[in-house]
Formats: sequence, structure tokens, C-alpha cells
Amino acid sequence: MNTSTSTFVRTEMLPQQTPPITEAGAVKWVRENLFSSVLNGILTVLGVAVVVYITLQIAPWLSRSVWVASSLSECRQIIADRYGEGATGACWAVIRERWPQYLFGFYPSHLYWRPVLTFALLCVAVAPVLFDKLPRQMLWFSLVYPAVGFWLLWGGSVWVPVMALAGFAIGYAAAKIVQPLAGTIVATIAAVLAPVLWWLFLAGPAADAMQSILPIALQGVRSREFGGFVLAFTIGFTGIAFSLPLGVMLALGRQSDMFIVNKLSVGFIEFIRGVPLITLLFTASLLLNYFLPPGTDFDIILRVIIMVVLFAAAYIAEVVRGGLAALPRGQYEAADALGLDYWKAQRLIIMPQALKISIPGIVSTFIGLFKDTTLVVFVGLLDPLKGITDAVRASTDWKGIYWEPYIFVGAIFFLFCFAMSRYSMYLEGKLKTDHR
Amino acid sequence: MAVVTEEPKASFRLGMLIYDTRYRSITIQIVVLMLVMLGAAWLIDNLLRNLDALGRGISFGFLWNRAGYDINQTLVEYTNDSSHARATLVGLLNTLLIAFLGCIAATVVGVIAGVLRLSNNWVIARLMTVYVEIFRNIPLLLWILMVYTVFTEALPAPNAFRGENPAASMVLFDTVAFTNRYTAVPWLVFDNSMGWLSLGPIWLNLDLALIVAALVGGFLINRTILRRATRIQEATGLRPTTWWQSILALFGPIILVFLFLGTHLDNPSLQGFNFTGGLQVSNSLVALWLALTLYTAAFIAEIVRAGINAISRGQSEAAFALGLRPGRTMNLIILPQALRVIIPPLISQYLNLTKNSSLAIAVGYMDLRGTLGGITLNQTGRGLEAMMLLMLIYLIISLLISSAMNVYNNSVKLKER
Repeated sequence: MNTSTSTFVRTEMLPQQTPPITEAGAVKWVRENLFSSVLNGILTVLGVAVVVYITLQIAPWLSRSVWVASSLSECRQIIADRYGEGATGACWAVIRERWPQYLFGFYPSHLYWRPVLTFALLCVAVAPVLFDKLPRQMLWFSLVYPAVGFWLLWGGSVWVPVMALAGFAIGYAAAKIVQPLAGTIVATIAAVLAPVLWWLFLAGPAADAMQSILPIALQGVRSREFGGFVLAFTIGFTGIAFSLPLGVMLALGRQSDMFIVNKLSVGFIEFIRGVPLITLLFTASLLLNYFLPPGTDFDIILRVIIMVVLFAAAYIAEVVRGGLAALPRGQYEAADALGLDYWKAQRLIIMPQALKISIPGIVSTFIGLFKDTTLVVFVGLLDPLKGITDAVRASTDWKGIYWEPYIFVGAIFFLFCFAMSRYSMYLEGKLKTDHR
Repeated sequence: MAVVTEEPKASFRLGMLIYDTRYRSITIQIVVLMLVMLGAAWLIDNLLRNLDALGRGISFGFLWNRAGYDINQTLVEYTNDSSHARATLVGLLNTLLIAFLGCIAATVVGVIAGVLRLSNNWVIARLMTVYVEIFRNIPLLLWILMVYTVFTEALPAPNAFRGENPAASMVLFDTVAFTNRYTAVPWLVFDNSMGWLSLGPIWLNLDLALIVAALVGGFLINRTILRRATRIQEATGLRPTTWWQSILALFGPIILVFLFLGTHLDNPSLQGFNFTGGLQVSNSLVALWLALTLYTAAFIAEIVRAGINAISRGQSEAAFALGLRPGRTMNLIILPQALRVIIPPLISQYLNLTKNSSLAIAVGYMDLRGTLGGITLNQTGRGLEAMMLLMLIYLIISLLISSAMNVYNNSVKLKER
């Protein structure tokens, strides 16, 4: 056998060749992702056609934007002068002109710094909750922030929120004092009862007394003057902050094996989830006075916030219940075996895992709550979407403007809701502990 | 001799109510119950005192008074001489109509969008992602107002369709006209209509009843055919061809009914300044329907995507290994498992859509909230009664939908242990 003389055996290496043009680079990508089959090809062409059509419809209108004008007719005049008769263009001047109204509603204009400061402080207060790399001491500010925010937004005597906060301190003190004397359970009862009694009977007179001794007060702002995004954020963030704890309590109530607690929780959750938020808001604005002592007048924003909190809490309760149900029984049994009592087991073993599972659901409930703040327009509050926009359109200058306000308000809502959903994905990724 | 010693029974002490876990839960429940009852008593006491001060009690008698207002779209006979109860019924039917139409359309759009979002076609998948993200993150109220604005501002008036060179023209082979006041669509007309059958206070439309009966009958016959085919397949291993029987069973009865009733399509046509003939659907309904559909469909798309993603690839690979064709793999392996994940959140989307339909108030569509919770409430001043009734009706609708869907969910649920 003499292979070296065989003509059909190659002895030298061929130079490397580039892959065929259809199997590399952009062409391959296009073939695989856009035209892998006839149907896909058709869908691609249709999709591109839709995108091109929409762009062609909107782009000219957007490109002829006018930012400075004082009325819609002036806007149209500018567009006609610049681009010829019959041209249409976006008139963003309305946003520029009515910017304060969209942000603050009818909040007194010399006090605009207060909502702005509140918002800035909100960012500081929320940051340590969202990102755990920040120093933990910042959480103390987050805890007192609700009182600070309330005082800045509504104004009035500084002693009202201070005395409200004092209730928590009193509860803590009561627990600390009673614990060595009468045991944990009595201490818990004292920690609940003492602040309630304080708020009901003593906080008001105490605040008045302090105010007469040391008067520190901001100019008061009535709830009816709130509007625009200040209103949406006030309701949205308060709702978010309070609905989570309430929702968790309701979920625990629903999982509880105590018959009465369980049935009450189920009844409450099913009732709230069965009726539209609008009817609850109407109840708050029209009917609440029937159920309160005669002569009580109770702030409309507070009523709305209470209803929004109850509404969101019922939904969160269902989400958290799903998380609780998804936990293997072994986790509960392990907690029992370690000798943990109910609350310790919940706090250390059950809730961290259940809440982690329910993050996507909880955040989408929050997003829903934030979007639902637009519904307050139906009880006469000036939400940015319909309330303020209608108010803007009611003036002769801006009568007949439709798209620009909707697009602007929609964009702001989109920004915040999208950010929330991205944050929830980040959190899910960060807390992921399984190695799949 | 063994001495039986009974353990001394611990005498009951008051402290045990708190410290003994056997009694503690009872103590807690009684305390909670007392607190709740105290709260309820306080509210009811306030209510009674307030009503006393106003000099009136709770009475639903206003429902039988003359309503005195008109409703632009009614499914049942209604004039402004009818009672408030009748107006409530009209509103309820309008709510159910928009919920029904919305659920169907949202399911169709949502399933298509969800499946397309998983497609390996880059353009389509991105397009669907953009659609879902935009619609999920912007309030529904904005979509309703925006669609309604498109209809009222951007569409031509009916008289724009007039003349030799009309400014606007009808679409779909001159059968559908979009105007700024209503949408005129073709509608079925029965030449040999059977009329109405009186059942006490309720009137039954015999044509409609006949059509529903034919649809349900066809569906039942089809199910029998399929069951028989499955039985034969299990006995012999061969599945008889049934597709033509199915088509006959599903469509035969309804076609016969239509022929019997002398059905033909009535196209809208322009008479003077307005369209006559066909069916004129008010723009508030169309706008609300479109907005609810697109909004809810974005959520349903996510649910469908999650459901399909939840089925591991091994399932379809196993099905292929068994030699099942892709269509049967989808029907027998993937869908039954995906549905189990999809159905529960889908139910809550249907409920959400039904509740969100109360935003009809923004475009003036007279649903339950617009009649009972709107004009009736304002005219009679019976806010308490009207709101209670309104909430009760919504609650019943919600419970009915969720229990119906739960029955279905239980039938597809994985039976384990």
C-alpha cells in the first residue's frame, strides 16, 4: 500500500474559508429571525408595515412641534406660518403653559416649594428601602417621613404630626415598662392600647397646648386645592405604603385556623374584590357621612386614601396568600420544630420566603393602584389625566386640544409604572436563591 | 396491685385564657368578634341617628317610581315612563353586554398577542412586547378617553358620506360606516319573526331563544359525536373521521333556524343626513369596548405567555418521541397543562374587565353605574340605597363569574394525591 502516490489523498491543508454568506453575520440572523418560513416572512413584512405606517402618521405631527405659544389658535397660526396652510403639528406649548397646574393642581403658587421638597425627601426616604447597599440608619428617616410629608403638604401646626408620632413612642415605652412587670402578652396589649388612647383623647389637646407654648406652623392648604401629579403621588405612595402591611395581615387572617378571624378576612377580601373601585370611592365621598357621628367632616383625600388602601390590601392579600400556599409544608413544620412561636415563625421563616415568591404580584398590584389614582376624578378631585386636562380645556385659550395632554400624562404614568415593574424584576433577580 | 392514680386535674384559672394555647385562640376570636361587633354597632348607630336627623328611613320604594330619563342604548324595551327598576335592569344588561363583548375580544387579542410575543420572529416579538408594556403601564381611563376622542374628533359626521364626491366613505364593501356619533353595521333581520313570548313581567324574544337553542343543541350533538369517536378509538385503536359530522352538527341547526326565520343581512344606508337600516352602535359603546379589550388583552397576553413558558420543553419533546404530530402535541400535551396555569389569573382578568366597565361613566355609556348609581341616585337622592344595591349587584356578578370559572378550573385541574 503506497498512500503517498494516491492522487486522491490531499497532503496539504486547505486555507480556512469564510462561512457561506447565508450562514454568518447579519444575513444569517435575518434568515433565522425574520424569514425562517413563509408565514414568518409575511408576519415580518406586516409588522414592518405597521411600524412604518404608524411612524409616518406620527412623525410629521411630532416634528412640527410648537413649544412656545399662549393659546391653541396661536399655536395653529405658528404651524401654518412655518409649514404652510393645512399642516398639523403638536402643540406642546399647552404643557409648558400649564405645567404648574399639571404638577400641583391649584396648590397655592407661592408654596410650590413644599410639594417639591416633599418629593425630594420622599426619594431620600424610599432609597434605603429599595436599595440595601445604603446605610441602614437612613431607615429611621423613612419611618418618620410620613409625618414630615403630611406636615409639608397640608401645613398647619407642626405639633399635630409630632403628637401623632409620639403615639408610637408611647406604645414602645408602654411595652418596655409593662414587660418586666406582667409578661409579654400584657405588654403587647399595653403597646396597642396606650397609643390608641393617646391618639383618641390626649394627642389633640397636647398638640394645641404645645402650639400655644411654641407656635411653629406652616400655612395650611386645603385638600380641594390639591391636584395634578401631587395628588396622584400623594394617594399613590400613601396607598402603597399602607396597603402592604394591611394586605399581609389579611392574608395571614385568611390562612388562619381561627374560625372567626378566617371568615372575617375572607368576607372582607371577597367583598372588596367583588366591587369596582369607583363604587368604593363614591361610597367614601357620598355615604361615609351617614356612618360617622353627625357633624363630622372628614378630609376627602383621606377618605379616598382609606378606600384605595383597603382596595389594594384585598388584592395584595390574595397575592400573598398565593405565596403562602406555594411554600412547602416542611417550612412551617421546621419552624415549629425549632420551637418558634407564631409571630417569630412568620417573621423569620415564612414571610421572607412567601413575600419573595409574591414580589411580581405585589408590584403589579402597586402599579394598578398608582394607575387607579386617576379614578379620583369621579369624586371631584383634580387628577392629572381628566381633572386637570378638563380644567385646561375649559379655558378659551386651550379649548379643543386633545392629544398633547393625554400623551404627556400617559408618558409620565408610563415612566413610573415601567420603572416599578423593572425594579420588581431587579429585586426578583437579586433575591433568587435557587440554582436553576 | 396497681394503683390507678388519676392525674390531678388542673383547675381552671383565668390566666389560662391568655397563656394556655388551648384557650388562647378562643380568647382572641372572642375579642376580635367583640371589637368588630362594637365597630359595626357604632356605624349602624351613627347611620340610624343620621337618618333620623334627615327624617327618613331606608326604603327601596323609589325603584317603582317613574324614572323620567332617557337611555340612548337599551337592550330591552325602555321609555322615560318606565320605572327606576327598569332603568336599573337596562343598565345591568348594558354592563353585562360590554363585559361579555370585552371578555371575548380580549381573550382573542390576548391569546394572539401572547403567542406572537413568544414567536421567534424578532420584529413581531418586539412589536408585541411594546404593545403589552405600553398598555399595561398606562391607566385604563386614558385609553378610554383617547379612543373615544378618536371616534368623536377624528371621524366624519354622518352627512360627510353624502353627495357625488363624499368626504368619507364606508368600509368593508360599503357595509360599515364609522361616523362621529355612531358606528353603523349590518344587522340580521328576520322576515318570519316569531315575536315575543310573555312570561309574566319578563318578555322572551323567541327568535333569540331559537338561535341559542340551535347553538347549544349543535354543540351538544358535536360533543356526543366526539365522545363516540373516542370510545371507538379506545376499543379498536382507530379513530373514525368525524370532521364533516362535526361541521354538520355545529352549523346545520343554526343554518336551518336562520332559513326558517327568513334571515337576511340589512346593510346601513344613507337617508338624508343619517344612516338608516342595519344597527347603529353608539360610539361610547364601541370606544369603551375597544379600550377595555386592548387594555385587558395586554394582561391576558402576559398570562398566556407565562402559561406556555411554564411548560417545560421536555413535555413537547416527550410527545414528539411518542410520535405525536405537532397539532396533537399542542392539543393533548401542551394546552391542557398550560391551561391549568392560565385559567386562574384569566378569571381575575375577566372580573377586572367587568369591574372596569364601570368606567363607562367617562364616555357616557349608560351601564349600571350610569343608571342606578348615576341618574337614579341623583334624581331620587337615595344615595345609600342605590349604592348598596349597586354594590350588591356587582358583587353577585363577580361571584357568579368566578364560581362559573372555578367549576371549569376544577375540571382541568391536576388531580393529585
